[in-house]
Parts: sequence; structure tokens; C-alpha cells
Amino acid sequence: MRRREGLAKLTGSEKYIDDLSIPGCLWGMAARSPVPRGIIRQIHFAKDFNWSEFVVVDHRDIPGTNEIFMIQNDQPVLAADRVMHIHEPVVLLAHPDRQACRHAINQISFDIDPLPAALDYRKVPTTEQIQYASDNVFAHLSVTKGDVEQAFKDAPHVIQGIYETGAQEHVYLENQGMAAWFDDQGVLTVQGSMQCPYYVVNALKHALKLDESRVRVIQSPTGGGFGGKEDYPSNLACYAALLALKAQQPVKIIYDREEDLAATTKRHPARLKHRTAVDDQGRLIAQDIEMIIDGGAYVTLSPVVLSRGIIHAAGPYACDHVRIEGKAMLSNSVPFGAFRGFGVPQAAFAMERHMDHIARTLGIDAVEMRRRNLIRDGQSLSTGQVINDGTDRVALMDLALKESGWAGHIKDHAAFNQTHPYLRKGMGLACIYHGSGFTGSGEVHLASKLHVAGLSDGRIEIRSANTEIGQGMLTVFTRIASHRLGLEPEQIVIAEADTSRVPNSGPTVASRTTMVAGKLVENACSDLLDQLGLPVHETGQVVVDAITAWHLDNPGQELVGTAQYRQPPGINWDDKTYKGDAYGTYGWATYIARVQVDLRTCTTTVLDFHAVQEIGTVINNTLATGQIQGGVVQGIGWALMEECCFREGAMINNQLTNYIIPTASDVPGISVSFLENPYEHGAMGAKGLGELPMDGPAPAIANAVADALSQLLIDQPDTIPLTPERIMSLTTPIHA
Amino acid sequence: MSTNTCTNPITISLTLNSKPLSIAVDPAERLLDTLRYQLGLTGTKEGCAEGECGACTVLIDDQPANACLVLTCQLAGRFVRTIESINVDTLHHMHEQGTTQCGACTPGVVMCAQWINEHQDVLKHQSLRQLMSGNLCRCTGYDGIILGIEKTLNETNPATAHKDPR
Repeated sequence: MRRREGLAKLTGSEKYIDDLSIPGCLWGMAARSPVPRGIIRQIHFAKDFNWSEFVVVDHRDIPGTNEIFMIQNDQPVLAADRVMHIHEPVVLLAHPDRQACRHAINQISFDIDPLPAALDYRKVPTTEQIQYASDNVFAHLSVTKGDVEQAFKDAPHVIQGIYETGAQEHVYLENQGMAAWFDDQGVLTVQGSMQCPYYVVNALKHALKLDESRVRVIQSPTGGGFGGKEDYPSNLACYAALLALKAQQPVKIIYDREEDLAATTKRHPARLKHRTAVDDQGRLIAQDIEMIIDGGAYVTLSPVVLSRGIIHAAGPYACDHVRIEGKAMLSNSVPFGAFRGFGVPQAAFAMERHMDHIARTLGIDAVEMRRRNLIRDGQSLSTGQVINDGTDRVALMDLALKESGWAGHIKDHAAFNQTHPYLRKGMGLACIYHGSGFTGSGEVHLASKLHVAGLSDGRIEIRSANTEIGQGMLTVFTRIASHRLGLEPEQIVIAEADTSRVPNSGPTVASRTTMVAGKLVENACSDLLDQLGLPVHETGQVVVDAITAWHLDNPGQELVGTAQYRQPPGINWDDKTYKGDAYGTYGWATYIARVQVDLRTCTTTVLDFHAVQEIGTVINNTLATGQIQGGVVQGIGWALMEECCFREGAMINNQLTNYIIPTASDVPGISVSFLENPYEHGAMGAKGLGELPMDGPAPAIANAVADALSQLLIDQPDTIPLTPERIMSLTTPIHA
Repeated sequence: MSTNTCTNPITISLTLNSKPLSIAVDPAERLLDTLRYQLGLTGTKEGCAEGECGACTVLIDDQPANACLVLTCQLAGRFVRTIESINVDTLHHMHEQGTTQCGACTPGVVMCAQWINEHQDVLKHQSLRQLMSGNLCRCTGYDGIILGIEKTLNETNPATAHKDPR
């Protein structure tokens, strides 16, 4: 099935928020802090400037609580007495003319008494830098299994490594944008680019002191999210709504790229330390892992990013003794937030680099090292979760090796590297896994609801708060319902994600939309059949006829099948001890990169890339393949070129001129293969897939670079991105 | 809702999507804003506003250009084509091959592909991937884009069937 909204996108007729013409609409903009930390003494509005044309909002205009509703509500909507990071919004302006707005922002200045800022999350803060609890630690989480101390005492080898990953910008091609207006009855409508409409509802209720009946949030077609439109749209929605409230006119805020890159969230920078006990054959005896992530100035989603990160930090391997300590640290940086992978890419980079490090130290082949340790059915992950899904992860790795021509290339590279004056080729692999859906009891707490309505013309309408952000949700939900009820795609309508019409089916995050919300589509279809008095396996025209007949009997009534998430049996998780089934299921993959490093320029080219994964049932091959390819290329960018340069906690290369993402000519075609092992609790047997491809490329590429440069390295490529500058610093110069 | 208040507009005539157009614009107004906010042609997207991403690609006198870097007042007598001029029947291969995901880069991609299709000789000098490297996409990893364009090109001109060498 082709992408449902595909032609609208190809012809440019799809209407994103910036494409909507809203009568009487003002443009909104924010004046932001120029310093990373300080006490606000005064705000100066330039004297010889006509401020009467502008709507001006500050923290005193917030009718509700001056907090962005999230995990800990520590982030103000607008800074009141103090600022915690550069670009923190202090004053909002609105005006009919966008240029006038831009100009006016520069007519506002701040008197701020600076305070000592914490700018390096890796350093223990000084007393003057403490701003959260007693140690600036937002969250401290740990996983323990077995007896690590004892296991290290008896171990023949202990191998250590330190791995670091940098921030990454989402670069969704559509910048953040939101519009807000109040109707005559005082109902607030907010429409814009977002992943999670009900997050925005909650934020607006909290900051504007409105009950749910007075808040309506509508998702516009969204030009990419990748996590960047998970939490941040709540901030933008509050800004637009506050301006609209004061102006009593609609207000639209559309970030330009510079503001978007400067002021919105990024992937958490992270440092991981591994200390591993292994036997002579390279079998993992004990893993002691520390993961520290940079949370930025406010808590936002950092605790849950950390949670997923540490749970995945020990890799898809069997090891009896594991200790993982994770900390999310405050820094006076623009807050870091959700980004595809959600802590796992950082953890997987460290683990898979470390596996190569162990293999190299012991003189074991990198593939053999993984073969000996990959988790088999019946064995348990670090949380004690016993894996018993029937997926042969060793066979999956072997398929990737075969498809990539691993053995042949290794031989060819050896000869090539000996003779070529300045090019070096190498190969690297990474074995990765990604838990589908929310972590631990997350899905139980969400208790997502979804409706499937039977319409009077016999069509059905799926009502969910899940959003199409490019991943193909409209097409996949259509396919799931079409398969379940035996209907043609044209007989299935997907309701706009408008919170006045759709129930809260949970956020569009965590690789959960197809597997979890898609399952609710199936279950709501079943409930619809039940309400029609039809047998549970009835399909096709009988269903259509029953729906139209129902409406003839019940004119003007709503026929709605409902479903609510129920945890599948056999999942046991303890939030307090971090033990048990962290996820209902996992996607498994082996990724292989082949690279060429040019020693003259220290640039790395990915020659080819093979991604082999098991993700349950593949519902739509084109969409699934596209997700993997896109994720891999985003991962290649993070590994090789994407570097957020920070000064005082703010990104200074906030332009696409100097924040470099891969172009078509920077990457090879990405080879994708699927193994299918249906997951009985996912829609049509599907598992999550969207984040998995972000986890594997960076370690596979770094391992390949290490392989290519093995003779020349004075230091290991254990920090990314592997820019030419970094490669240069790792290698001995050649004189070609 | 304007983006710009202008005190000294100048009037120019050009051909837009095969139709004559006379329009008064601020001398500092970008073509991108004229298209989107004056003419309601919102298919052309803003991605970066500095000529890096190609989301605003249009054809000016049959050459691809970033509408964010062109002042409308420079276009007197010129022929401008936007995504709104594209015949939907030419898009089925791109639809089928996953050329679009989120859609924000897509109009620019389609316009660049249109130019390549009309000037297939350029493929003798540069690969399709090189020719498409002015259009950033964050969703597809480019395979869906390259495949969709290849199939489109091959249908238009099967004699010079094109295949991505990578």
C-alpha cells in the first residue's frame, strides 16, 4: 500500500502550520536570555521605540502556574527572577508584521547579575554551581544483577574503556511552529507541529489554568519530529497561547532555523565508563558500567532518557553479574531532550566500541567475541528479563555478515591497506537491540485509549492521538484496520489528531505507535464488531452493511468501538528495583559498516552499510525500509559529521551552513534486510522499529574506522563525531 | 498576516507557472515570502533560509534556485515555476518508492528532480546523488528519493536507463 498522504506531500498541497492562513493572526517571538545563569534585575525596553503596536507578555501574564508541565515541572514557561540558560525566554512579543517583531526583539535588553554556571556535566560541580538538590544530579538510577564485586575478584581479565558521544540536533526539515487562538466561548485552540497532542493539552491546562473542556489541541501535518517535537512543542504552545490570550487575537510562532537550532532540545551528550571482567575466551563475566548524561538546565525528559539508556547499556549479551549506575546532570545549557533512540544510541556506542576493545585486547576476532556472548533464548538481560522469543540472534548476525561480504572484504582490505599510499579501508559491526514501547510500567500508566467509529456511510474512522510525522502512521493504521476488518483502504478514515475528537492513545514516541497503538486499532475494531453483534472474525461487506444498518436503526447516534491498553500477561517489572521485564519485547539487529579513511584529509567515507534486523512482522515494506534507511543516515551523521559546538551552554553553529548533516552524495545506498518473528501482542505481529536504526550506525562506523586505521592509531576512536579534526588527532601523521 | 511592511513597493511582471503576473513587492522581499505569503503558493517550503537545504527549490528560467536567496524584484521578465506547476501524473514512481516521508523537503526534491528530468544530459557529468545533494532530507536516508527519481527518469527516457552506481 502506498503512503496515504503521499501525493499531497509530493505536490506540496499538504498544509503544515506555516502554510495555514489564519485571519487576523499576529506573529509571535521570544526575547531570550543572553547569559547562562543569573538573577534578572531589570528588563529594558528601548525608549525611542513605539511599543504600543506590540503585545508584550512576561511571567506576570501567566494565569496558571509558571511551569512547563512535564516530569518535574521545574522549567518555567517564562523566566521570572532568574535565568538558567542562554536563550531561555523571558519576554514574548506579538505584532502583525514579522520583520517588526524581529526588529523589536533587538530593542529589548536585560540587566542580569551573573551567577557561576555549570557548563561541563562531566565535572563535579563547585558549591557555587549547585542548583539542584545537593549535587546537581537530576536523576540517579541503577541496575544490578548478580554479585559484581565477587565476579571481578576472580576474573582473569579486566578491561576498561571510556566512551563519549556529543549532542545531536534533530534537523527535522520543518522548523517548530504553533498557532493559538481563543474563540468567543473562551475555548483555547492550539494547532501546530507536534508528536504528542495530549502533552500539549496538559501543558496548556497547567500554565493557562484552563480545564480540559476549554483546551483543544490539533496536530498539523508535521515535517519530521525524531523526538524533537515530543516535549518542546509544549513550550511553544504556551508561548503562543499566552500571547493570544493577551492580544485577544490569533498568534502564530514559527521558528526560523537559527532560532530552532539555538533554542530547542538536542540529544543528550553522554559519557560512559565500562569495566568488564572476561575469561580467556572473551566471555563476559561481569560488567560494571557508569553512564552520565548532560540534562541541561531543566529536568525535562532526562530521567526517562537515562532510564532507557542504562537498561540497554550492557548490550544484547548474556552476563551474570552486571552493575549499571546512571546519572543525569544539570548544566546551564539549553535543556537536552528526546531524540530517536532516547539514551540507547549513547549506550550502544559505548558497549559496541567496548566489545571491539575487549576483542582486540584479548586477540579475539570481533565477530567471535559477539558470537560467544549474544543472548540466547532462556538467558537474561541486565534487568533479569529472560528472553524467550524464538529469535536466533546469532543467525541474524551471520546473515548480516554474509550480506555484507564481511570475510571477503576483510581479506581485500588487508591487501589494499598495505599498498595504498593514503587510503585505508575498514569494517565494523554492531549488535544492537531496542525495547519497544514505554519503559517498565510506562504503558500501564499511560493506559492509552483509542476509538474506531462506524460511520453512517459504512466507512470506519480511527480516532487516535497518534500523529503522522513522516513515519507512516496513517498508512500503517489504515493497513492494520483494513486487515482486521477486511475493508479497502478507501473505507478507512483516519481522524485528524484533534483532542476535541480523539481519545488519548498516548504519545507518538518510543517506537510504540505501530506496535502498541496499532494493537489498540485491532482491539477497537474487535469491539466495534462486538457492538454490531457480529462474530469476532467477521470481515468485509457484512461489516459495512451492519454499520449502515446500525445507523438506520440509531439515527444521529455514534457507533464507537473502544480499546484501552492492557498489559500482556507475563510482564513483570519493578520500578523500584529496576528488575524484571523492562519491555514487552525487543527489536534485534546487526549493523555493518565499511568505510574508507583518506589520510590526506582525515575524512571518512561510508562505502557501504548493511542493516539486518528482526522487528516482528513488517507491515509495509517500503515504509519500514525507509525508516531504517533514514535512521541509519541520521546515525551516520551523528557518527561522522554532526557536531553541536557550545559556548556557555548554547549552540553557536546554529545554521545548516555549519551544522552539517549528510547529503545524498555523502552516503551510500543503505542495504536493509528484515527477519520476521511475529510478536503476538503487537499489531499484526509488529514490534517497534523506528529507533533501532539510530542505535547501530555510530558504533559500527567507529569500529570500522578503528579497523581501517589500526596501524596508525595513537588513540582509539572512542568519542564521536569522528570529524576529520578528531581523526587527525587520533592518528600519527603520514607523509604520502 | 504579512511578514513585511513596505513603504516603497516596486511593481514587476513575470511569468509564474505559465501565467503572466504583475505584482508589487518590497525591494527586500524574498521570492519565498512572495510565493508563500502574498500568493498563497505554500508548496514551496522554508527549511533554513540560507540556501543550504533546498526545501524552497523552484525553477527560474529552467534552472533550479533556492527561493530563500532570490529577491522577487530581481525577477522582472523571468519565468518561474513552483511545485504547484507539477503534473501529479509524473509523481507515481516517487509515491511508490518512498520518496516522501514527512514531506517538508519533498517539494524541493520534486522540483530538482523535474529539472534533472528536463536536462538528462547532466547525468553524463554528475551522478544523481551528486545532483540531488543540494536537497537535504532527514527522513529517507535518500534511498527512497534516488530510487523514485531513477524510476521516473527511466520512464521518461528509457534509452538512457539510469541506475545509481552506489
